[in-house]
Amino acid sequence: MSGYIIRRVLNYVVLLFIACSFAYLLASSFLNPYSVYFGRQPPVDPDVIENIMRGCNLSHEVSLWERYTTWLTKIFTEWDWGCSPLRVSVNEQIGVRMWVSLRLVLIGTLGGVIVGVLVGAWTATRQYRVSDRVYTGLSLLVICTPSFVLGIVLQILAIKANDAMGVRFFEFVGEKGVVGDYPLAELVDRLQHLLLPTIVLVLLTAASLSRIQRNLMLDSLGADYVRTARAKGLPKSQAVMKHALRTALIPTGTYVAFTVATMFTGATYTERVFSFPGMGQYAVQTILAMDVNGIAATTAFAGVCVVCGAILSDIVVAILDPRVRLG
Amino acid sequence: MSLLSVRDLNVTFPSEAGDVLAVRGISFDLERGRTMALVGESGSGKSVTSLAIMGLHPDLVTISGSITLDGEELLGKSDAEMSKIRGNRIAMVFQDPLSALTPVYPVGNQIVETILIHNPGTTKRDAWNRAVELLTIVGIPDAAERARAFPFEFSGGMRQRVMIAMAMANQPDIIIADEPTTALDVTIQAQVLEVLQRAQAETGAAMILITHDLGVVAGYADEVTVMYAGRPVEQGTIGDVFYHPAMPYTIGLLGTVPRLDHKSGDPLPMLEGNPPDVVHLPPGCPFVPRCPMAAPQCEQVEPELTAVGEGHTAACVRLSDVVGRAHTEIFRPPPLERTSLAAVPRADRDTVLELAGLHKHFPLLKGALYRRQVGVVKAVDGIDLDVKVGETLGLVGESGSGKSTTLLEILELLKPQRGRIMVLGRDTAALTKAERRAMRKDVQVVFQDPMAAVDPRMPVFDIIAEPLQEFGWKKAEVEARVFELLGLVGLRPEHADRFPQHFSGGQRQRIGIARALALSPSVLVLDEPVSALDVSIQAGVINLLEALQHKLHLSYVIVAHDLAVIRHISDRVAVMYLGSIVEIGDVNTVYDTPVHPYTQALISAIPIPDPDVERARQRIVLEGDLPSPSDPPTGCKFSSRCPKLALLAPAQQVQCQAEAPALEQIGEGDHQAACHFAEVLKVF
Ligand SMILES: Nc1ncnc2c1ncn2[C@@H]1O[C@H](COP(=O)(O)OP(=O)(O)OP(=O)(O)O)[C@@H](O)[C@H]1O
Ligand code: SF4
Ligand code: SF4
Ligand SMILES: [Mg+2]
Repeated sequence: MSGYIIRRVLNYVVLLFIACSFAYLLASSFLNPYSVYFGRQPPVDPDVIENIMRGCNLSHEVSLWERYTTWLTKIFTEWDWGCSPLRVSVNEQIGVRMWVSLRLVLIGTLGGVIVGVLVGAWTATRQYRVSDRVYTGLSLLVICTPSFVLGIVLQILAIKANDAMGVRFFEFVGEKGVVGDYPLAELVDRLQHLLLPTIVLVLLTAASLSRIQRNLMLDSLGADYVRTARAKGLPKSQAVMKHALRTALIPTGTYVAFTVATMFTGATYTERVFSFPGMGQYAVQTILAMDVNGIAATTAFAGVCVVCGAILSDIVVAILDPRVRLG
Repeated sequence: MSLLSVRDLNVTFPSEAGDVLAVRGISFDLERGRTMALVGESGSGKSVTSLAIMGLHPDLVTISGSITLDGEELLGKSDAEMSKIRGNRIAMVFQDPLSALTPVYPVGNQIVETILIHNPGTTKRDAWNRAVELLTIVGIPDAAERARAFPFEFSGGMRQRVMIAMAMANQPDIIIADEPTTALDVTIQAQVLEVLQRAQAETGAAMILITHDLGVVAGYADEVTVMYAGRPVEQGTIGDVFYHPAMPYTIGLLGTVPRLDHKSGDPLPMLEGNPPDVVHLPPGCPFVPRCPMAAPQCEQVEPELTAVGEGHTAACVRLSDVVGRAHTEIFRPPPLERTSLAAVPRADRDTVLELAGLHKHFPLLKGALYRRQVGVVKAVDGIDLDVKVGETLGLVGESGSGKSTTLLEILELLKPQRGRIMVLGRDTAALTKAERRAMRKDVQVVFQDPMAAVDPRMPVFDIIAEPLQEFGWKKAEVEARVFELLGLVGLRPEHADRFPQHFSGGQRQRIGIARALALSPSVLVLDEPVSALDVSIQAGVINLLEALQHKLHLSYVIVAHDLAVIRHISDRVAVMYLGSIVEIGDVNTVYDTPVHPYTQALISAIPIPDPDVERARQRIVLEGDLPSPSDPPTGCKFSSRCPKLALLAPAQQVQCQAEAPALEQIGEGDHQAACHFAEVLKVF
């Protein structure tokens, strides 16, 4: 078993390496980092630009192969992922943004998972009743709404609410703001900023997950073993919770483990709408900023997330499903 | 006062097409310790009745009438109140043990749960000990250990034992068993029925036994209720119903099943047609379209149950005309035009199919996440047999004994891993690609559900025409041939434009047979051709196969788990165990004088639909499940389960375990068996 896992991880590492190299080579050949200095007033001296580019290992006068090997060597020897054409360190950017994303994504998806599973399971037991139809309608509405629209709508509502209350309760720009001077002020400020983007993520995750969970639950509600549980004398609610839901959670477990990991770079729109300095925002920014090193690094980061997600979901399934654990 | 009393129970499901009147007025009484069988075709309302007693129908189902348990009315009780009764006073065993246990909890925990729900005072430890004790009672070896195992780690028979243990847990007054053995092999069925009986004896419970197997009914029930289209149509003691059936449907049902204990050689009486749609029932007796005795007065009002004798009632307006007639007078078997071949002795007929030393081994892979080979499954391990023209060979044995693999090997027409396959005198290993393709015409197949393999959007015409078109038949010829085939299998020309889903099981099987016959094959391979069909429909298909054989001089190789069907349809039978043939010969010789202990156990496990015969039989119940074909016992493969082994002298036992017996001639006729101590044993 452990031999198997090691082999599998090795496989992933090789794949990751190939993917990042591709990202690096593609970005290097198609992007022009020089362009960020074009059209500046006063104009920047081409020699100065060339120097900067050489310093950042972005110079077009050095062969692609050489740049690639330099890039690799730096990563493997110094864990230095390079810098942007504007000489901002990639390590520093990711080092900070990763945690910003972590807070947002973890709280957002976990909240979404809990809400989604419960709503899905509950609506399944009420199939075709009014409450089921209402939730179905609402979740489809959320699923159909692009996330930035959802974010903007929430912002507008927040402004209205703030105006009505006369206090700036809802924060919707950035990750932190003006901090008051009462105890725990900093934490409160962070939470206030987290609130709206988290709600967006919760809504998005919960909406789609509740549909999946509802269908899984419908399958397992009709399963013979739920009937057996009822025939043993479990009241309906207990049969549903202990037998139907428990079994219907197995596929959800895989899905969630995977989603949480990949959400790090997937919350792009939400982060942009709320000017949240996270990984998703960074991913877009690197492309706009001709940041070859940044692009390669975000690709690597996203790749690691996917691998973690895959491993995590294997583990979750093994925990939830004895057939996999022992079979 | 009866333990359970059901009065005028009606169950109606709402549906888009209109109300489904699934159960219409059933009444019965059940006394402590007694067993009532509920029989009837699929859809007759048996399961719906039992779920109504359990109170397990969803809210939108309308239920009326009365169900009383010890005088206490159950209908109208809330889910919470019913939960106190379910699993405690009334327990249920469901059909499919593969899906009836929750996959994610150990079986012990599932039994403990049953105990704790109804005995909140019990400690977990006591409940666990009780669960282990129950598992021991139902015959799970190493119960203390196995209680921690998950359902997927058990075989089907073992899971059904767990279900029974669960049903017994709280000493219920009533056990309802809905097709408890239908999904199981006959040998396992015999074990499970024995356990069920033990459970009943242990708890003193009354039992409602729902089954389509009249043999099981004959062996276990005290009373019988026959249902048709949601109505009880005949009720009485087991003797009344089996020996003096009064309602034509009961008579038909009993008459159409082939018998295990003798072979008539004549076609089976048929109960043709299908039960009516319970959404739009016409007035009058619902059996009219299928009843040979139907008369105009039958169509006016639906007959009520009327007394035929003491405690014996039947619902038929022509009772006085029906009672006393032999069933063949009512349900006449179709005439059979016998072939001229019948007069030719076996030895003088041409051989159409011959297997010599056929082997098929599969690599055994293990591991859920990544697979590696850990052994070989010897699915077919050296078998020899031959099939003559116009002859039927039956293959029997438990699931996993290699029957289907043998059929597939024949169908592939390739060079086998080891051994030889000869079709019409030609070795399949020596065929060129073109010859092999041409030979496919000669060997065709019929599956259990032949329509599963075809595109459901194809009309019947295209389904039957497909093989013809593949072999380049011209359009006009195809058309003529398809209509000829439709007629041959008893379908009407207008059926050609319809789609498979518009046909009943029996008709679909006819379509499958027509398709298989399209290219005029000489050998037809049939894998469980009638096992998905209700007994009444089954007879028609069996008769058709027989008629076609006589008309077209076909040879059949047929696999069926129903040994009575095999006896009826086959000329010869081969009994397989773990990839080998253990006994082969003329079907009557093998059934009447089986010499191999496995054959004896297999035949002995099949219940006979005749209460007196069935109850007088000594049953040989095999221990345990089929061993893994990747790791068969040494010497005789059957030695790990052989009931005879224990009776032998020590030196003889050593021989069994060391030396694999070869097939040897038994007696004078067509009969061979592979047992060192072959000896005839009467099993009827
Ligand atoms: N949930 C349901 N909704 C609508 N109709 C149903 C439902 N359950 C059963 N029926 C219908 O009720 C009738 C009786 O069904 P039931 O399951 O009792 O048959 P059965 O005698 O147990 O058959 P089988 O031998 O196939 O188990 C059938 O026409 C069936 O289609
Ligand atoms: S009432 Fe008529 S149709 Fe119905 S079973 Fe009796 S004879 Fe047949
Ligand atoms: S050879 Fe021995 S073990 Fe095998 S079937 Fe005969 S008596 Fe039983
Ligand atoms: Mg049923």
